[in-house]
Amino acid sequence: MADTLKERPVFRNIHVSQIVAYRLPPAGIVSILHRVSGVVMFLLMPFIIWMFDASVTSEISYSQFRAAFAAGVGFLPGWFLKLVVLGLIWAYLHHLIAGLRHLWMDATHAVTKEFGHLSAIVTLALSVALTLALGFKLFF
Amino acid sequence: MAQNFGSKRIVVGAHYGLRDWLAQRITAALMALFTLALIVQVLLPGEMGYDKWAGIFSRQWMKVLTFVVIVSLLYHVWVGMRDVWMDYVKPVGIKLALQVFTIVWLVGCAGWAIQVLWRL
Repeated sequence: MADTLKERPVFRNIHVSQIVAYRLPPAGIVSILHRVSGVVMFLLMPFIIWMFDASVTSEISYSQFRAAFAAGVGFLPGWFLKLVVLGLIWAYLHHLIAGLRHLWMDATHAVTKEFGHLSAIVTLALSVALTLALGFKLFF
Repeated sequence: MAQNFGSKRIVVGAHYGLRDWLAQRITAALMALFTLALIVQVLLPGEMGYDKWAGIFSRQWMKVLTFVVIVSLLYHVWVGMRDVWMDYVKPVGIKLALQVFTIVWLVGCAGWAIQVLWRL
């Protein structure tokens, strides 16, 4: 009895350095990106509120807001701001769709392996596709 | 009843965390609703410019909805970031410092956003 216990593999919390060795299923990728996108939006929140402030406060601030994306602001070029916004668009879309997936699973108890796999792929693909579409509108 | 406070406090089991779980979903649903309301108004006919954009946020019902969303966001992000710190940061001192930073950051952001909304 004691011998068989010793031979059992021990699973502990994985260390950061081990992450690359783990193959994540699509649902796992959606899950970690849900977190990453949330943290990105948390950190960029002042930028988001700056955009809200500049775009609604007055016609002057609105034109400054537009100029920032066309010609840049301070040492930041316009394309860089657009790139940050593109990142935010993806973060928002991924977080929203992954969240709707959670709500759907909570409401319908749709927790089969197949549904988890398929809905994860749909979440990843849909968020990237919509990001590309809106990115096209943003840049061109 | 047996002692259930201090070191004997039960911190696992059904209902523990239910409130945050539910709040996370309700605030998320409100933000999704806000997103939909905003998209519909942006897509309504009329050229996009300052008047149309600021007009969207100056309607009273939209102001109320935006205010509710800002407060929802504050709570939603608090629960989310707190979970992230709880999962990845083990030293209590650093975890506490990050949680305090999160609260200050979020309250500051919410204050700024409400200020912008209020003067419209």
